[in-house]
Amino acid sequence: MTLIAAFPRIARKFAILTLGIGFGIGGATAQTNEQVTAFSLDNGMQVVVVEDHRAPVVVHMVWYRAGSADEQPGTSGVAHLLEHLLFKATDTLESGELSATVAANGGRDNAFTSFDYTGYYQRVAADRLELMMRMESDRMVNIRLTEDDILTERDVVIEERNSRTENNPSSLFREQMRAAQFLNHRYGVPVIGWRHEMESLELGDAMAYYDRFYAPNNATLVVAGDVDPENVRALAEKYYGAIPANPDLGVRARPYEPRQMTERRMIMRDARVAQPYVSRSYLAPERNPGDQKAAAALVMLSEVLGGSTTSVMAEKLQFDEQIAVYTGAFYSGLSLDPSTFGLFIVPSAGVSLQEAEDAMDAVVAEFIETGVDADQLKRIKMQLRASQIYARDDVNAIGNRYGQALSQGLTVEDVQAWPDVLQAVTEEDIIQAARDVFVLKHSVTGWLMADGEAG
Amino acid sequence: MAIFGKRFGFGLVLAVAALTTLTALPARAELDIQEITTPGGIDLWLVENHSIPFVALELRFKGGASLDSAEKNGASYLMMGLLEEGAGALDSRGFARAVESIAASFSYKIYDDSTAISAQFLTENRDAAVALLRDSIINPRFDPAAIERVRAQVISSLQSDEKDPDEIAGRTLDQLIYGDHPYGRQKEGTLETVRALTRDDLVAAHQGALTRDRMSVAAVGDITAEELSALVDGLLGDLPATGPALAGPVEPVLTEGITIVDFETPQSVALFAQPGIDRDDPDFFAAYVLNVTLGGGGFESRLMTEVREKRGLTYGVYSYLVDKDQADLWMGSVASANDRIAQAIDVIRDEWVKMRDIGVTAQELQDAKTYLTGAYPLRFDGNGPIANIMVGMQMQGLGVDYIDTRNDRVNAVTQDDVNRVAKRLLDPSQMRFVVVGQPEGLAQ
Repeated sequence: MTLIAAFPRIARKFAILTLGIGFGIGGATAQTNEQVTAFSLDNGMQVVVVEDHRAPVVVHMVWYRAGSADEQPGTSGVAHLLEHLLFKATDTLESGELSATVAANGGRDNAFTSFDYTGYYQRVAADRLELMMRMESDRMVNIRLTEDDILTERDVVIEERNSRTENNPSSLFREQMRAAQFLNHRYGVPVIGWRHEMESLELGDAMAYYDRFYAPNNATLVVAGDVDPENVRALAEKYYGAIPANPDLGVRARPYEPRQMTERRMIMRDARVAQPYVSRSYLAPERNPGDQKAAAALVMLSEVLGGSTTSVMAEKLQFDEQIAVYTGAFYSGLSLDPSTFGLFIVPSAGVSLQEAEDAMDAVVAEFIETGVDADQLKRIKMQLRASQIYARDDVNAIGNRYGQALSQGLTVEDVQAWPDVLQAVTEEDIIQAARDVFVLKHSVTGWLMADGEAG
Repeated sequence: MAIFGKRFGFGLVLAVAALTTLTALPARAELDIQEITTPGGIDLWLVENHSIPFVALELRFKGGASLDSAEKNGASYLMMGLLEEGAGALDSRGFARAVESIAASFSYKIYDDSTAISAQFLTENRDAAVALLRDSIINPRFDPAAIERVRAQVISSLQSDEKDPDEIAGRTLDQLIYGDHPYGRQKEGTLETVRALTRDDLVAAHQGALTRDRMSVAAVGDITAEELSALVDGLLGDLPATGPALAGPVEPVLTEGITIVDFETPQSVALFAQPGIDRDDPDFFAAYVLNVTLGGGGFESRLMTEVREKRGLTYGVYSYLVDKDQADLWMGSVASANDRIAQAIDVIRDEWVKMRDIGVTAQELQDAKTYLTGAYPLRFDGNGPIANIMVGMQMQGLGVDYIDTRNDRVNAVTQDDVNRVAKRLLDPSQMRFVVVGQPEGLAQ
């Protein structure tokens, strides 16, 4: 068994975060594929440059290795609230000036928060890169917040929660599923925050998070587009290199899950549900530096079982028999700490949730006995190979891939090895991964239903 | 892991001017568009780019879901969903496996006024990909089992739409504005019409939807003009020459007021609409520039500043011009908690009136223009996006020279133009709000 909360590789992760394994420390440049150049600044900030000279455009991104799972207990939502607040005033920029300046230069900017990272980006003409760096490096350490900023922006994020979650029973259901899956790790707390905690977030909470995590030695700069790596390096040294590292950053260690001893089940009812369904999640390992094999097998498992209309679940549950309207499997190995593997089934009219769940379980059990169809695996690998070609059309997505991976404990080498690791997965690896991950006592099963509906 | 919390809006415009008055435009992407007429007589646009070994191909056909009669509402939508569910010698699963085995990707979409087929395929197996695409377009099977399976999916999503506040708002507004015109119906159909559709209905919809007289074609990528001409003739030459009559014009019915749809949910969702402007109207660009300042999606629009930044009433508020073939609207959206939506709507109305009466400042106009002109070349950043832009231009009847003149048209708009158009078009007395939720303090 590989998954449950095995004890964290804190030391290793710490090393990666602070020393930049995989990067030449302080200057050596790694020349890599996809026109990717990676290096580090003396203060520990990682830099990845992705070149694409077909259009005079650049995406400039800063990724902080801090997300909602790094929050202090009781302050859920503060990572995301702070993300909003970073568009307010700094020592040299007025509130809103950064976005207004980007727009007046023909660009667009935005930001995002996840469990493991927070990112900021601007997409502009390539000759505006320096202006972007000047403003982005400024708000890394110089924000000036007022009580009024907090009050107004707190209302905005509560409305955001209303839009994303409160108005959507499927979102509320997913939130409850995660909370049931993670008893102790903060992956069980929603990124946007629990409403009651969001309502009481204060300036001090936001500043404590900012002061600790917003520092060059906790960030990755990704610049993708029509740029020259040496020029990027010079600009990065000028703007980001001038900011001292935060010596008090500390170890990125989160509380881990206790051993899960029994399956967890929930039934959620909401009058706004028109189409009931069953969702199942299992604890699952994630991609780790130099050790991505288990995760690769799980990615292939999710593709084989529920990745398309020719996958096993669709074949058996939608085509051979019409038990389901939709089925699917989902897994992403990109996670700092152990993650989940998910299955869902949306039953056809007249099929109960119990019947749907039983049919799904039977298909998975049969799959483990029968093995992987060689032709199917070949098709999936062909598609993965081709996706590397198609991906070159979207330099933005390449930049995101690096930003995300480097914010979740992986290295440039891991990102570049990943396609080969996927191609090396065998039929036996996939079945073994299925045996390891599909352990009912490590699972959460949820039924989402309309009010008053029978299962 | 799902990314969460992307923030929609921000901004407060009247910031320090030093950084906002840059005038130099970014360099334009070199774009060599070849206009080609194939030996078979099909017009198409091509941008050759051999740096990545694949082609992005875009096909568009005027018509779309508005070709459906009221009785057959949803026929075109279901038909498009079945094109990849069995074609030629292959059944649904056989077709899907064949497409996967060569890593091509096809998508089939339908809108009110058009259908869209998009394809991406590798150079190494281009012929096999095009043969499959051709079968799906020319020889779809409409096997009974596939029809029932996809029909069940459509019905499932229609049932979900009935309990989705955003969907309810959209349907209610369409119905109010367009009545019995096809635009007043949902392209997916209704539970009743979808249940009643027959295989013959789908075959008829297929015959009418994809015809050569209403077709636009664009390609970008690793292919020469000669290769593409042969490819397109083989792919599309056997389509029917002409299609059925397009939907006729409609006069949108727009009156001042609020329509409330009671729905138990914590946050009210609002859509609003007033008359818009045709793309061919000489004032179109002035209206387009005006909308950027009013509520055009940036963090610094007036609606975003007043409703979100100053008052925290919403996560996002927008306005946008809707240019359908037979109707033009100026629309917008906002969502606020049930006890705050009334205030949000008041602020939006006030801003509408203020913009009509006072107009934009010189600085606002300048910012909107530098945004629009600077953002335009940034759109041309990949084979897929460029093919999309080119096919869209053809559908709008624009020539290839439009790309070089478009920014000049934006720059030609004056403050007087914008403020005159604001007075001409912005009209709170024809602005209808549809609010879905349990809004407090709001009267119908």
